[in-house]
Amino acid sequence: MLYREAGQFKSSYEADGQIFPLRQDRLGIALLLVLAFVAIPQFASAYYFSAILIPFLIFSLAALGLNILTGYAGQLSLGSAAFMAVGAFSAYNFILRIPGIPLLLAFVLGGLSAALVGIAFGLPSLRIRGFYLAASTLATQFFVVWALTKIQWFTNYSSSGVITAQKMEMFGYEFSSPASKYLLVLAIVSVMALLAKNMVRSNVGRSWMAVRDMDVAAEVIGIRLMRTKLLAFAVSSFYCGVAGALYAFAYLGTVEPEAYSLDLSFRILFMVIIGGLGSILGSFLGAAFIVLLPVFLNVFAHALSLPTSVASNLELMVFGALIIFFLIVEPHGLARLWQIAKEKLRLWPFPH
Amino acid sequence: MNLNFFFEVLIGGLLSGVMYALVALGFVLIYKASGVFNFAQGAMVFFAALTCVSLVNHWGFPLWVAILTTIATMAVLGVLIERIVLRPLVNQPEISLFMATIGLSFFIEGMAQLMWGAEVQRLDLGIEDVPMESLLTNFNIIVSKFDVVAACICAILVTCLALFFSRTKIGRALRAVADDHQAALAVGIPLQHIWGIVWAVAGFVAMVAGLLWGSRNGVQFSLTFVALKALPVLILGGFTSVPGAIIGGLIIGSTEKLAEVYLGPFVGGGIEGWFPYVLALLFLLVRPEGLFGEKIIRRI
Repeated sequence: MLYREAGQFKSSYEADGQIFPLRQDRLGIALLLVLAFVAIPQFASAYYFSAILIPFLIFSLAALGLNILTGYAGQLSLGSAAFMAVGAFSAYNFILRIPGIPLLLAFVLGGLSAALVGIAFGLPSLRIRGFYLAASTLATQFFVVWALTKIQWFTNYSSSGVITAQKMEMFGYEFSSPASKYLLVLAIVSVMALLAKNMVRSNVGRSWMAVRDMDVAAEVIGIRLMRTKLLAFAVSSFYCGVAGALYAFAYLGTVEPEAYSLDLSFRILFMVIIGGLGSILGSFLGAAFIVLLPVFLNVFAHALSLPTSVASNLELMVFGALIIFFLIVEPHGLARLWQIAKEKLRLWPFPH
Repeated sequence: MNLNFFFEVLIGGLLSGVMYALVALGFVLIYKASGVFNFAQGAMVFFAALTCVSLVNHWGFPLWVAILTTIATMAVLGVLIERIVLRPLVNQPEISLFMATIGLSFFIEGMAQLMWGAEVQRLDLGIEDVPMESLLTNFNIIVSKFDVVAACICAILVTCLALFFSRTKIGRALRAVADDHQAALAVGIPLQHIWGIVWAVAGFVAMVAGLLWGSRNGVQFSLTFVALKALPVLILGGFTSVPGAIIGGLIIGSTEKLAEVYLGPFVGGGIEGWFPYVLALLFLLVRPEGLFGEKIIRRI
């Protein structure tokens, strides 16, 4: 009853093709944005900003990137952290070496560098598929981290290999307080999520899905495999690259290449699985889940006063068990649960 | 270039390649029989080694009792994995199964450390890590005795597995299942049992690998990364081939060490971590199914 399309007629192609065809959806998104941009900054404390909200948004962006590649284009990748690292270190170097470069431009250039690396390491996907591809994306992961550690130019010859991200400044305003960082990240993430949402329902997105479902068949109906797959790698790496730059600039502050380890890649993959493969909303839900889970487990462990070693191992176990649980019970992830809820809401509170 | 030194590096590489092959073997067994790419193999190696060494160090078991107990534990673990994780996921896409094993590897790692603690433990199998005297005096090549013994154990294990696969009834059933699940079911092979057995055997292989690696570097969390070393071996050899795992292991082991010694100094060293992957990747561009993998035929 609350959520249904009855009475909402469309009389033009524009109306039919709009991004949220239902009035309830549009209202919901508007409310969500108001909540995120206006309400949360009023109430949240610095801890919430820097420990939960900012990492949540950054991981959502990275998960979005991986979801484009794995969920939409069907190319399993275990190297997303490497692309994040490329984004972070190139943004750092652009700001360092080009004085006066606008902050956003540096982030975009960082993303573009990641996209270039993505295209280079995406080339094998034209020949190999499935597990072979997944294992070979590990090559990206190890190679990039090694190169950033060994080639000192990237870290500006700092002896420890650690870089300190520059201050984020735009039009003379410095983003230093947690709330302002949060708003900056939120703005970037919202715009990029909107772009992604539009991309996946356009021509590009549909050809990605065709390739995912069966690439030989896609080729037969006239989709250019090389362009489509490499575009997926490029776009996905761009998202990951920007997320990586934000991870360094807005969240960590000081980073070493090791921060972008295989572990991070796996965490992003888990976000995508738990959230739902092939769903924009799923990337956000998955990221929220993975960011919040350790917090809850910590509180739980604290309440039971478990030693930290036990708690961290329990966390590993709960993590693993949840992944398996989700794959068995709901292979389409949290996004699917939301979809089911929406179906139910169409009728509720009436039985049929 | 010093030829002796070259051979020393080469032999060292080949012997460590055998160790990689041993880990890769566990992957191949499971992939062949059930089509699951078992990422948890590294965690199983770690779990087996840790269980064995803890039984000896904490509970004071003699080594052979500990090994037998570990074998039993791994068998139980294998059957449990089959029942709890794999059975509900039958007919899911391969990717889901793969991700389930990533989850599994987290679970096993957590469980192993929760049960036995996270500190590094020393494991002594009674094999000395000293250079072989005869080779040292005659050819002036340093080859560790431990590596040679480990290689021999691997050879014996591979032979046993080969015999098991070709001569026993269970082995033949395993090969039938590997070829075609449906056909195997149709002629009355109990698929679930077979999968349980395969996981148990893979657990056994994991234990051997874990003991050998563990007595080398100490039993610690980094054992799980051994699985990552085995991946390029698999890519190179093909996921479905036991000889492929062995030969892939030898190639990866030797080129990795040679590259580290001869190329490493020019680019700052530490290239062992990624060189095998890049090598395997380049190789894949030529042969997308690996050296001995089954040819992939794709139809619409």
